[in-house]
Amino acid sequence: MPWTQEQMAARAAQELQDGFYVNLGIGIPTLVANYTGDKEVWLQSENGMLGIGAFPTEDQVDPDLINAGKQTVTTIAGSSIFGSHDSFAMIRGGKINLSILGAMQVSERGDLANWMIPGKMVKGMGGAMDLVAGVPRVIVLMEHVARKKDGSEDHKILTQCTLPLTGVGVVDRIITDLGVMDVTPQGLKVVELAPCVSRELIASKSSVNLIF
Amino acid sequence: MNKLFPSAAAALEGVVQDGQLIAVGGFGLCGIPEALIDALRDSGVKNLTAISNNAGVDSFGLGKLLETRQIRKMIASYVGENKEFERQYLAGELELEFTPQGTLAEKLRAGGAGIPAFFTKTGVGTLVAEGKETREFEGETYVMERSLLPEVSLVKADIADTSGNLRFRYTARNFNPAVAMAGKICIVEVEKILPLGQLHPDDIHLPGIYVHRLVLNTQPEKRIEKRTVTVKAGV
Repeated sequence: MPWTQEQMAARAAQELQDGFYVNLGIGIPTLVANYTGDKEVWLQSENGMLGIGAFPTEDQVDPDLINAGKQTVTTIAGSSIFGSHDSFAMIRGGKINLSILGAMQVSERGDLANWMIPGKMVKGMGGAMDLVAGVPRVIVLMEHVARKKDGSEDHKILTQCTLPLTGVGVVDRIITDLGVMDVTPQGLKVVELAPCVSRELIASKSSVNLIF
Repeated sequence: MNKLFPSAAAALEGVVQDGQLIAVGGFGLCGIPEALIDALRDSGVKNLTAISNNAGVDSFGLGKLLETRQIRKMIASYVGENKEFERQYLAGELELEFTPQGTLAEKLRAGGAGIPAFFTKTGVGTLVAEGKETREFEGETYVMERSLLPEVSLVKADIADTSGNLRFRYTARNFNPAVAMAGKICIVEVEKILPLGQLHPDDIHLPGIYVHRLVLNTQPEKRIEKRTVTVKAGV
């Protein structure tokens, strides 16, 4: 059984250590915040906040208080606010311990593509290029394959990314619904499989030679 | 010297012109100078190059200036919330210079601080670094990025005193301080204006030296892009 999105988030939360400063990307990575347990983890939002609180109740909603996904949030005891230039100083300066973000494609060398599809989708890189360049440990948390509308699947784990890159050799670990893989000098090494996921299955869903 | 202007239109008068490079504060729709954007639209200036992290949404924020085709080029990091933007860009009607968010913030901060260029690891090996000078420092490759010196900066703060000292509110701060620092002329929209001495010197986020003109807008709309709530407190 592949992991559900919640189980993927829970698995990714095992990467958090007490006292960590962490930036979570939009999508499945955001769910990791629900599984911090009793560890003290400070979530950073690149629009200028450390210590992101829960979503507000209806009467707490404040349009001046949002996360990088533009969702309304709250502060917690110990939160701090700063400008974008300071936010990226701490990102580029290597002060954030861990970045967990989504991807369209990852290569076996740890190249990451997650910001555009030429001619089709124009959204932009936002802070992703700064995060992968500056944060010492980068984990990609994503579905193992992209399911298309016609039911077919596109592989996302490749020998080489075909989409424009966000960063070169920046990914340390990939967590998907099928398992956990580390980027090593020899290639992608599978360090964990989701329950009942076989080596053959994860290999058949990846366009690289996985190391077991 | 009186920095306070009676209206956003008056604050822009004699400053904005066709073809200018204009930086605008805000992240999404949070912390954008709403009255100044409206006044810029109403001024009719065109062929603008706008520096802003985002492009607003359709018909709000900078989206208003895209609708009227007053923006020729955008320098931004993320424009995913604006369909009209995407349409104009894919149709080749709008020029776009994607800049990583941290590089964009630093281009503004450094510009305002008198630093014409800087080296960063961000974007090395990607489209962003194409055609740019690179250098090795301590065995790592960095790309040179040029700073930005906009002719005009449009900024949103929460409170100003009459000398232009500013306080921002929560994450509405975002790009506003760096945008304010970069502009040759910086125009700031605030919700409250206090007499001198009412802001404690330790509580000032940005000193008034960066601020040339002030305008009061006590009731901005502050549209929320993604209202996300929990049902019970603390859940």
